[in-house]
Amino acid sequence: MPRQPSARRSYEGVVACQPVTIPYRRYSTESAAWWIGRALRELVKKSGLRPQDLDGFALSSFTIGPDTAIGLTQHLGLSPRWLDHIPLGGASGVVALRRAARAVQAGDAEFVACVGADTNHVDSFRRTLSTFSRFAQDAVYPYGSGGPNASFALITRNYMNRFGATREDFGKLCVAQRDNALSVPHALMKQKLTLDAYLAARPIADPIHLFDCVMPCAGAEAFLVCREETARAQGWTHVRVLATIERHNAFPDDPIQIRGGWAMDAGELWAMAGLHTGSVDFVETYDDYPVISMLQFEDLGFCGKGEAPDFVRSHTFTNDGSFPHNTSGGQLSTGQAGAAGGYLGLVEAIGQLTDTAPGGRVPNARIGLVSGFGMINYDRGLASCAAVLARAA
Amino acid sequence: MSEPLARPRRKNPLARTRLPLLPQGARSRTAHGLTAAAAEGRFALQVCADCGHVLYPPRDACPRCLSAKLPFKNIDPNGRLIAETTVRISTDRYFHERMPWRIGTVQLDAGPAIVAHLHGDTVEGERVRLTLKLDKSGSAVMFALPAQETPHMQADRHWREMTCDPQYRRVLISDGRNAVGQAMAKAFAEAGASTVFVGIADPWKPFPGEAELRNIAPIEVVPLDVTDTASVAELAAQNGGRIDILVNTAEHVRPGGIIERGNLSVAREEIDIRYFGMMRLAQAFGPALRFRGADGVNSATAFVNLLSVHALMNWPAYGASSAAEAACLSASQCLRAELRPGGVKVLNAFFGPLETEWYQTVPPPKLAPAALARAVVAALQDGLEDIFVGDIAQDVRERLNTNPKALERELGSH
Amino acid sequence: MTTTPDLLAFANAIASGTIRVIDLTQTLSPEFPTIVLPPEFGQCAPFRMEEISRYDARGPAWYWNNFTVGEHTGTHFDAPIHWVSGKDLPDNAVDTIPPAKFIAPAAVLDCSKEAADNADFILTIPFVEAWEAKHGRIEAGSWVLLRTDWSKKSYADYPGLRDDGAHTPGPGPEVVKWLVEERDVHGFGTETIGTDAGQAHHFNPPYPAHFYMHGKGRYGLQCLTRLDQLPPKGAVIVAAPLKIKQGSGSPLRVLALVKA
Repeated sequence: MPRQPSARRSYEGVVACQPVTIPYRRYSTESAAWWIGRALRELVKKSGLRPQDLDGFALSSFTIGPDTAIGLTQHLGLSPRWLDHIPLGGASGVVALRRAARAVQAGDAEFVACVGADTNHVDSFRRTLSTFSRFAQDAVYPYGSGGPNASFALITRNYMNRFGATREDFGKLCVAQRDNALSVPHALMKQKLTLDAYLAARPIADPIHLFDCVMPCAGAEAFLVCREETARAQGWTHVRVLATIERHNAFPDDPIQIRGGWAMDAGELWAMAGLHTGSVDFVETYDDYPVISMLQFEDLGFCGKGEAPDFVRSHTFTNDGSFPHNTSGGQLSTGQAGAAGGYLGLVEAIGQLTDTAPGGRVPNARIGLVSGFGMINYDRGLASCAAVLARAA
Repeated sequence: MSEPLARPRRKNPLARTRLPLLPQGARSRTAHGLTAAAAEGRFALQVCADCGHVLYPPRDACPRCLSAKLPFKNIDPNGRLIAETTVRISTDRYFHERMPWRIGTVQLDAGPAIVAHLHGDTVEGERVRLTLKLDKSGSAVMFALPAQETPHMQADRHWREMTCDPQYRRVLISDGRNAVGQAMAKAFAEAGASTVFVGIADPWKPFPGEAELRNIAPIEVVPLDVTDTASVAELAAQNGGRIDILVNTAEHVRPGGIIERGNLSVAREEIDIRYFGMMRLAQAFGPALRFRGADGVNSATAFVNLLSVHALMNWPAYGASSAAEAACLSASQCLRAELRPGGVKVLNAFFGPLETEWYQTVPPPKLAPAALARAVVAALQDGLEDIFVGDIAQDVRERLNTNPKALERELGSH
Repeated sequence: MTTTPDLLAFANAIASGTIRVIDLTQTLSPEFPTIVLPPEFGQCAPFRMEEISRYDARGPAWYWNNFTVGEHTGTHFDAPIHWVSGKDLPDNAVDTIPPAKFIAPAAVLDCSKEAADNADFILTIPFVEAWEAKHGRIEAGSWVLLRTDWSKKSYADYPGLRDDGAHTPGPGPEVVKWLVEERDVHGFGTETIGTDAGQAHHFNPPYPAHFYMHGKGRYGLQCLTRLDQLPPKGAVIVAAPLKIKQGSGSPLRVLALVKA
């Protein structure tokens, strides 16, 4: 990976802390506002702040409609001076982090609560899909209405055809993530997954089978962004933000997605962090289908394009493995709580780097990479982002 | 390769009829540019008038140059199927009961990559031809066919969802007295309809072609007078649940304009036969058609209107007639909305002067009834919603698009 | 001097059946054939009925219909104004004909045997004279009703349509003129779809029953039935058309009163 000098300002002096997870439920009769409220309450409880101290609020939620973040300020009794609504799905967490970090760095806000939360009513997944976007409405949903399963099936199929990935490769990632999830109390998947069970699972949208799919559920994730000196003064464990990237609608002329925006910006990410891929102790990818994790391995520089199958074959991905990956089990084993899924990796990474992760820990983890991906608008995920985090000295 | 369609088993009269469900039909206003093309069987995409970029999905600004000038243009429909999947789990009720369902990504030679329904004979990695079809919701979808014709293509399960193929369907021709009705009956018999009911009003009145009509195997002559509500209701009561395609061939063409007619008696007949006739058929047969929209391989599928192209622009030589046709055209639009919940299409077949007695003095070109009948059958096999049959109809359609005022003046000048 | 008939006794005779009431009317229905003209002419509207409501949401407690019908549909009455030859006569429309004209005796000429195997049977003066020799002279002011048993035919056979037009029995020109001028009849009635023969278009004058009868202010009745139940003489016909302003005719109920 070439190291280029970065023209960007560092995130010096800003930290992320107070990782919060409200345990997921397969279905919830509660509203999204209820889940957001639980997350914020947990955040203030853990931090000792009062709600009115939260002067910044970033929200991601698919099921909060017709409200947006502004309506939630009144609902929740917040009076922030900095507010962002980030409808970026799987990219929500990292994007919230980088925006909040700049706000705090600039003094526009002191305590930014970043929340990703969604409810999951019995019928809300179908409703979300059919009205997800104009392109989804016009050009995706009427085609079998297989949802993201079908869209990612096409991406997966093409990737397999082109680069020789096999179901066993995808299965290896899924099985490792399940192992990682078994020690996470709130993970929805409680049973060990074997490769045989993975391979024998029923097809959902060929070549996607049951264990390639995340389980939609209700849940909330949150963290706090503030100044490093404040965190220290309060005695909060925290992580430093070394570098971030964000890119949308990269490579629009690729007929089918084989890469994401990371491929455009990974050089800058590593340059800004002053690190290289070998410096990383664990990686949290956005794992809504294992093929997307493979794209992230490639595009973030861990291997070349099309080399992820070999990369997978030559590594182990459990928390004690050669390439600890999705250390809490990822969405595949924990569940996908809507936009909270875009927070899951980041909250877990903060946990790993502050020794507060709810499940198994990666030994001696100092540097973590968190990657986000989201928003299948038509045929591909549009948003991609990544952040390099470091344990506080 | 597709298997030939098997003759559907006779329905168990005690079995519950599967209720029609629709795929999601909501589209952005711009996307209905595809619906307009699909209705006529064209393959059109937006092409940027400023930079020539071919776009999909439909947009309101060019993603190359941000131009807003994005007209739909006919485009080379050929491309390659680069990835496919068989969807086995769907959140949608319509697709849920039609699983598994195959879709794929087609890269068009013209540029864009398009997610499309797949014909069973398409093969991943190979050439395909994209078409725009109206699905059961009435909105356009992309449908990929193999580049070359394959045997029994029409029988494909996905394709049959998009089309109204008469094969093994039961058809009602509302009026078999006239040349068009008889041509239609023969064309549907040839297209493999299992029964062609042909309505005859005033059976005491003999008519040319009667003996021949009665001799064609799947044709069954039934009493039906579209001007008699009771007669229409009676046939619907007896056979309404067995009609899958209804073709209204009742006609009443009389020359003359508005002033020239001098009174209303002929106009009243025109309105009674054409407009009220269509309404009576729709009221009597519509409920069963709509109810049976998903009733197996031979589900109810289409209501066919034969309309003078002068429904679109009055031809004063046949001015009063044209006005009655315009009423039918308007009613067909209403009927479309009313039949859509059943996934039943309304096909409007527009035509110019026919080779029949009522256009005796009109100079050629004129359309043979058999040609009209063939076009209607082909349109149903293709799942179309609007067709313009013959030179005059296409000429009028084109002039209407170009300059409707000029067309009005020209039609009125001779 | 005549004595005033006892109307109550008349009514009692009807009630007791001493006088039988025979309905000579065909049921008005959409299926009943109507006269066929070349298609470029306006046509006589067939009977059509539209239900307004039937104890349902359209009218919860009542059943009723609208109907449309031509003046010359079904069993119907022809007024002199119907034909060009009668257009200038006084009291020539259904609304102005004196009501007494709606009740008159009938002479029933049975030519059912002759018409049975000859759809083009034509009534002639000798035929009527032979009938009079048997039943007595036709009284002035009588309906002349032509029994052909045509009303017993199926709808397919009833109009007698072939590729050269209709073939049904009717009167020739001479006999109609003679009945009007020599017998002063009230009008002419038939079981067929018109008072004239199916092929009367080729007669001279064309359609003589219409031409002579209406030209002299006489009436027509068509599409009658049950003429086989009437005596050759002695029946009284009640035939009152609807009072349509300047109407040329109308569907009506035709009743015959006969002694039991």
